[in-house]
Amino acid sequence: MSGTNRIAGKGRLTPARTVSFTFDGRALTGIEGDTLASALIANGIHLAGRSFKYHRPRGILSAGPEEPNALIDVSRSSSTHTPNVRATVQEVFEGMTATSQNRWPSLAFDVGAINNLFSPIFAAGFYYKTFMWPKAAWKHIYEPNIRAAAGLGVSPKEPDPDRYANRFVHCDVLVVGGGLAGLIAARAAAQAGATVILCDEQPELGGALHHETDTLVDGREGFDWAQDVGRELAAMDNVRVLTRTTAFAYQAQNMIDLVERVSEHVAKPGKLAPRERLWQVRAKRVILATGAIERHMVFANNDRPGIMLASAARTYLNHFGVAVGSNVAVYTANDSAYAAAFDLMAAGINVAVIVDARKEIDAALLAKADELGIEVLAGHAVIDTKGGLRLKSIKIEPVSGGKQRSVDTDALIVSAGWTPTLHLYSQSRAKVVWDDETDRFVPGKPVQEMVTIGACNGTDETADLVAEASEAGAHAARLAGVAETGDRTAPQAVSGTSRKGSLMGAAPGAGPDTTVKAFVDFQNDVTAKDIRLAVREGMHSIEHVKRFTTNGMATDQGKTSNIHGLAIAADMLDKPIPQVGLTTFRLPYTPVTFGAIVNHGRDRLFDPTRKTAIHPSHEALGAVFEDVGQWKRPWYYPKVGEGMHAAVDRECRTVRETAGLFDASTLGKIEVVGPDAAQFLDLLYTNSWQKLAPGRCKYGIMLREDGFIYDDGVVGRIADDRFHVTTTTGGAPRVLHHMEDYLQTEFPHLKVWLTSTTDEWSVIAVQGPKAREIVEPFVEGIEISADAMPHMSVREGKVCGAPARLFRVSFTGELGFEINVPADYGRVVWDALWERAEALGACTYGTETMHVLRAEKGYIIVGQDTDGTVTPDDAGLNWAVAKSKRDFVGIRGMKRPDLIAPGRKQLVGLLTEDPKQVLEEGAQIVADPNQPVPMKMLGHVTSSYWSENCGRSIAMALVADGRALEGKTLYVPMVDEVIRVTVTGTVFFDQEGERING
Amino acid sequence: MAEVTATRQGPLDGLIAGSVGVAIAPAAPAHRISLRVGADGIPALNAALGLELPTVPKSSVTSSSDRMALWLGPDEWLIIDEKLDPMVDVAGTDAVFSVVDVSHRNTAIKVAGRGARATLEAGCPQNLSDTAFPAGACSRTVLGKIEVVLVRTDVNVYRIECWRSFAEYAFEFLADAAHDCMA
Amino acid sequence: MLLIHCPYCGEDRPELEFRHAGEAHLVRPDPISEISDEEFEAYFFLRENPKGLTYERWRHMHGCARFFNAVRDTVSDKFVVTYKAGEPKVEVERGDDGVARVKGAGR
Repeated sequence: MSGTNRIAGKGRLTPARTVSFTFDGRALTGIEGDTLASALIANGIHLAGRSFKYHRPRGILSAGPEEPNALIDVSRSSSTHTPNVRATVQEVFEGMTATSQNRWPSLAFDVGAINNLFSPIFAAGFYYKTFMWPKAAWKHIYEPNIRAAAGLGVSPKEPDPDRYANRFVHCDVLVVGGGLAGLIAARAAAQAGATVILCDEQPELGGALHHETDTLVDGREGFDWAQDVGRELAAMDNVRVLTRTTAFAYQAQNMIDLVERVSEHVAKPGKLAPRERLWQVRAKRVILATGAIERHMVFANNDRPGIMLASAARTYLNHFGVAVGSNVAVYTANDSAYAAAFDLMAAGINVAVIVDARKEIDAALLAKADELGIEVLAGHAVIDTKGGLRLKSIKIEPVSGGKQRSVDTDALIVSAGWTPTLHLYSQSRAKVVWDDETDRFVPGKPVQEMVTIGACNGTDETADLVAEASEAGAHAARLAGVAETGDRTAPQAVSGTSRKGSLMGAAPGAGPDTTVKAFVDFQNDVTAKDIRLAVREGMHSIEHVKRFTTNGMATDQGKTSNIHGLAIAADMLDKPIPQVGLTTFRLPYTPVTFGAIVNHGRDRLFDPTRKTAIHPSHEALGAVFEDVGQWKRPWYYPKVGEGMHAAVDRECRTVRETAGLFDASTLGKIEVVGPDAAQFLDLLYTNSWQKLAPGRCKYGIMLREDGFIYDDGVVGRIADDRFHVTTTTGGAPRVLHHMEDYLQTEFPHLKVWLTSTTDEWSVIAVQGPKAREIVEPFVEGIEISADAMPHMSVREGKVCGAPARLFRVSFTGELGFEINVPADYGRVVWDALWERAEALGACTYGTETMHVLRAEKGYIIVGQDTDGTVTPDDAGLNWAVAKSKRDFVGIRGMKRPDLIAPGRKQLVGLLTEDPKQVLEEGAQIVADPNQPVPMKMLGHVTSSYWSENCGRSIAMALVADGRALEGKTLYVPMVDEVIRVTVTGTVFFDQEGERING
Repeated sequence: MAEVTATRQGPLDGLIAGSVGVAIAPAAPAHRISLRVGADGIPALNAALGLELPTVPKSSVTSSSDRMALWLGPDEWLIIDEKLDPMVDVAGTDAVFSVVDVSHRNTAIKVAGRGARATLEAGCPQNLSDTAFPAGACSRTVLGKIEVVLVRTDVNVYRIECWRSFAEYAFEFLADAAHDCMA
Repeated sequence: MLLIHCPYCGEDRPELEFRHAGEAHLVRPDPISEISDEEFEAYFFLRENPKGLTYERWRHMHGCARFFNAVRDTVSDKFVVTYKAGEPKVEVERGDDGVARVKGAGR
């Protein structure tokens, strides 16, 4: 038997399909299809957790997603567990380990419950008031301790082993909610020929039909009808039915995010099956059929285990075949609790009493109660309860005062009425309106392509609901542009359950004149008294009341508590509820895992890793890689036993003594083509391009309109109308965007087009005195002698038989070539070159050596030696700014007063007094190290390296008026010393620049 | 010295992936050009290329010799040809236009099978339904965290063109998504 | 995620394909080198940034790659209209119902 409270013959589960699981180490048996909550209750367990603040024992309140109390840690294995799972949503599976939270050492005996004794000091606003002083104590004492004591559940410490999936989908009509209304609407839309997605958060369709067994549709029990319609819909090509799928966010322009729990309920999920799947649905029309949520009654000690919503008790009985108690009492202000009582009685469970806060009660209900022998106390209130870990008795008193009476009971089922579920509606930015007649908020005018139907729309009568839903489905299809084709079938439906009657706020006996603990928000331990206190302390806006008390701010988002809290505040403010207003519903509707949001984008798919075509050769050569943006670039190539410094020193030396091979493929490349290409480059770069002859190259500087350096690179003219532009590695995408912006919107008259060729070319730099000797035998069709192909020239021909663009350029100051070949040939060409280069004593070198060699020559790196506030003049690059051009981007910005004022930071060289000392990049520079702190800082070090070729350290820095300080001594104050430096020019090696012409 | 041009080495050579419902594999090496031309130059290039450049957004044409022309923008086309080099054909055409050889810039992946569309929907936010993206449709768009050009070459066959250095990411993304394509 | 109508592609496309590109209808002075500091400040630094209807540029970055202009209501985050770069500014007005529309377009 799967639990002592399981009633033979009741419910829809198959008793033979038992499932073993544990709760707090206790082995229990449930039935396939049970939620953890139904399985616990079946086993006589109502105590499911401890409350957040007072650590009060808490039971299971609901049978759905609104559950505030029964938050459980669920795990499948020691390496995976999920905290704060709602026991009312999680289905049991074979081998599940469930553990209660927020208690120590055990659920039944919790040391933290001492907070309950001190509850008078934990009133609303307690934290704000108590931990104000002394200021420093917040950071060091209060916050760490509060954090340790607070918080629900324990986060998993290991990486999430599960998989998650994502799907972008588009449909004509999305129907949220698979209850009676949603099913009818979905079928009507589908029959009209629309593409339909129907989602429902429960494992089976049916919504309230789960418990409302007295709702008959086409003459059958509603739930059975719902399953049939679900199958009918699922069989249609134009319909997708998603169960266990929660619509949690209503975004702009009818984009709804759904999360499907794919394998949360499966004992042994397939290895590749996702745990959850995110559906990002774009729907032409949305139909919200999200139903309503029952409210609890707010009275003294209304939170004992065994007290639950009447509809939940009915669900446990009618769907799961579980009795919530053996001697049940009812406390209600709503008709629907009677239906629950009648169902319980019919199932053989004693209903001790129905306490109804209302004086006037529907005669038919009274007659039925009388017939079943249930005592009804109209105009009475439950004013207190008893029982430690489980409800034992309730105390009843007439609302108008009088004799109190105690009734023994082990379960009290409650209903204060139904709140339309308008979370998604509200997220869509539409406003709710107050309906005076029925005392509730209902949807107003939609602001997106959406409609609400059924209980969430305040449609109470079943016949109205059917008509409304059927019409909404067909109408949505029409509005989505579907020409209606099929016949529409709307069912006949009648319901025996009435939801009339509503009580908002405190029940009799828990009013402003009392000090009882009547809980409004179970999860955050907010009582009616707390809300009144907030108002008394001056919180007159409902948003302030919410934040002061934290009412509705827990993970259940106040699904059961918001309206009660609002009513109590309104009462205190002596204002009608609609004037106080409702707090804003925010997404998500229910908690969503990070895994579902990130879905495929984790581990290797978190961010693309870009590799050059030559990458495998670098790996074979033992390269150590560095991340440069998304690129993996060889950093250095250590030989066996060589550390980074030794490797870089050797590479630096070898390039200048012999030669080196460097993979420069990551350089951004843009092909600029068209008759106006030169004119366009004239406008985008500071330099002049019109006179550059085909076959020649030039170093170009690109500014933003504000006059600061944006990017730089060598540009080669391939033909009159064709330029090969290079950009920095990191700058490639933004430079192309910047160029396209000006071309399309400022200079659209120019006949020129831009094409990114970054990935088209593999670029192999061969640098050093033996560069020509290495390259020569591989080159066809190009004369590469110094005379025929001088520095800063470009030729087209073949290298290793591959079509090539051969550049004679240098970022090292040595004789150098950059061989561009189509990328699929890059590796073969590299390998061929390397075979020869190695034989000639050359080396491969990485980005670190590249940085050192360029710094030895004073070549800047945009983004390292510049930072977006550096002008060409600051960088010593005025020679690259054309003086006679009428226009280029940045020409005016460069002349702004601050950019031409004296005292600007200029790029200079720094040499440390001790040649072995290498400055730290970013270190600040001062004129006088003995001045009081804060010192006047003149600038900072931008590049700093050990230069093997210079036999000393070298550095570049941006220093105020730096060029005028050449030869002067400045100071770099560090934590434990002050370093003396001399200001120099930026060229440290081969100052005459002769080697480049080799 | 040996010529290397006989052997193009693509970044995905030899890889295959997929699941029940979808097969994922790199496409054969191809010639590609990025063609940019205004309306006035289209007739001359049509003649040179031996096809009609599509002028309707999101559409493509395939010539009888299997040369594909994809509309990418109002003055931009991607021409793909596994056999003959379109660069040769357009050279010297009497029109104001730009042609850039991007044969090696892109790598193509073929995604085929009943689950092909669902595989792509894991990372592509566009509407890929039969009405919005029928066979023959093509578009530059997004797949996961990268830009791609997507062509639906047949009802259940898609070609994904991405930049060479993003090919590994694209392939791994599709391989990951393939496991969920039958849902 | 917004849907944005690309005037070049002629259809609504997901926001992920687009990139915002700042205020629209700023005219780069010609010749820019001759303008005063105040004029440069007005052109380069000062922006409307209104609450309500705003003219802005977008680029269909991962689509047709074109820049275009859009009118968007920053309060409702709804696009009123998009149009090609270089086309004249489209006038819009807010109706009695609070919804902005192209001037003269009616309901």
